[in-house]
Amino acid sequence: MTTQTKSRLIVFVLSALVWWALTDIGKIEEALIGVIVAAIVSLLAGKFLLTAEKPGRWLRRLKYALIYFFHFLWEMVKANFHVAYLVIHPMTPIKPGIVRIKTKLTGEIAQTVLANSITLTPGTLTVDIDPQKQLLYIHWIDMKSTALEESTEQIAGRFQNLLLEVFE
Amino acid sequence: MKLVRWILGLIILMAFFIANFFVYDGAIYAKLINVYLFSCLFVLYRVLAGPSAADRLVAVDIFGILIIGMLSIIGLAYQNDFFMDIGLIWALLSFVASLAFAKILEGRSLDD
Amino acid sequence: MIRETIGLILIFVGTAFDFLGVLGLVRLPDVYNRLQAATKCVTFGSAGILCGVFILQGFNTFGFKALLGIAFIFMASPVAAHVIARAAHRSKIALAPGTKTDQYAEDKELR
Repeated sequence: MTTQTKSRLIVFVLSALVWWALTDIGKIEEALIGVIVAAIVSLLAGKFLLTAEKPGRWLRRLKYALIYFFHFLWEMVKANFHVAYLVIHPMTPIKPGIVRIKTKLTGEIAQTVLANSITLTPGTLTVDIDPQKQLLYIHWIDMKSTALEESTEQIAGRFQNLLLEVFE
Repeated sequence: MKLVRWILGLIILMAFFIANFFVYDGAIYAKLINVYLFSCLFVLYRVLAGPSAADRLVAVDIFGILIIGMLSIIGLAYQNDFFMDIGLIWALLSFVASLAFAKILEGRSLDD
Repeated sequence: MIRETIGLILIFVGTAFDFLGVLGLVRLPDVYNRLQAATKCVTFGSAGILCGVFILQGFNTFGFKALLGIAFIFMASPVAAHVIARAAHRSKIALAPGTKTDQYAEDKELR
């Protein structure tokens, strides 16, 4: 089975499941229309989901993905209380600046997940990515340092090692 | 000066919350929807008074995410799930619209 | 009974964080800080409300629509924030007066 066929199969199953979840499952017509629509979707746009397959131990990667998910939820709760403190404080004690950090991740999906996680965690917002040089430009609302290594450790150190285990 | 403005705003917010949660007599969902309408006023203030175009864009983008929560509460109050469809489609359209406006703001054409 | 209590608490917390995010949109000084407050708080608040709706409704059509909404918000909101921040920086909107460094502008000069 080639990669493209596998990708189409995954898209077919996912879209059929979403259709059945969103409509009334009891009627047979609705279920049949869901199968037809899922087939059309997977034929038209199915090949973009999996582009390159990596050999790897699926269980291990799944375990690290779960650990990453809960770590991310905890960081996000902390981020919200931090922003709430900044907003309620009468003087809004902010010290903003844009710094650059260097990541160890190389894949496109891994870099995108890292950038999105950085946006949703305390005090940081991704402004731009340079995928070739592996640089990320971060707007930091409470800046602690301007040196490359130290800011990388402060911002991306929370996620980078877990994402390395998941994606590479 | 900043402290005086902060105290003034605090008094207004406390007045609104006390009036909403303790004086106004209604269902619990109606009180939550009142809080949402009050926050929509703030967003509209940022849309009207934002000093640059990017501020207005931020406000419109946030409005799309705010509305999906509000419509789900309205759906709970009426026990009807088609409000959720409206919310999902609103969020989707507002996401696409903010991408397009950001590209125009950046100075590139849309098919880039 | 306990399910309804948990759902209502989640909805209350979500509404509170939505309100705080919108307050940040009004109070903070420039585009980037406003984006930070608004994106984080409003995303978390709306996701909390949808999670509460899912707990209150259980496994029916309404609940699955709420789950789909959570997934969509978590994927779409950081991307929109990143695109708006980059567009604002490229169209030369100034940062707030208290800003310390701007290494992105330095690197763009070199290119």
